[in-house]
Amino acid sequence: MNGFNRWLLTGALMLALAGCVTINIYFPAAAAEKAADRIIEEVWQLQGSATTPLPANGGAAQ
Amino acid sequence: MTRRIMLCALCVLMFLPLASFAQAQGNLEINTPAIAALQKSMQQRHADLAPLYASGAIGLASDGGVALRDAASVPLAQRARVNALIAAENADRTALYREIARANGHPEWEADIRKTFAQRWIDRAQSGWWVQGAGGWARK
Repeated sequence: MNGFNRWLLTGALMLALAGCVTINIYFPAAAAEKAADRIIEEVWQLQGSATTPLPANGGAAQ
Repeated sequence: MTRRIMLCALCVLMFLPLASFAQAQGNLEINTPAIAALQKSMQQRHADLAPLYASGAIGLASDGGVALRDAASVPLAQRARVNALIAAENADRTALYREIARANGHPEWEADIRKTFAQRWIDRAQSGWWVQGAGGWARK
């Protein structure tokens, strides 16, 4: 294992670790919107989300 | 050979954050007994709240709750009952946002969850209902 590869591996490891830490404190906005819609449909007795699709990114995905 | 293995390991490591990112974008846990109970309580109360939304007496507030918008449209004799309904609904909503944050192991998400709900209650409100935006109350 030469010096360059060692640095590369160390860098990748640190990136992966930093990624994990960042993800844990990140608020999942899209998931929260979906959860909100499910609860709102239940409370207001609405029929699915077909009539009002999510504005941000849910519409294209579904 | 060693180099090849290391490259593979590198690739896997690079995609690890992406994988957990995708997972974080999945679903929030909302199937707990506490959340179900709050949902049921709010669903039952909605029968009383619906006519008040429709008449414009109350509206969907920008803070994720409900608020008295036009007290004059509520007969004096009814005002205490309406205020109690609003207070009960807001208590349930606050508890709901807190429970969702807790059920997902992130109590600090409560404010973000409240903000998300505030927007979705308003987006999904029926036409004719009053909603509170940046510029004040508006009729949908």
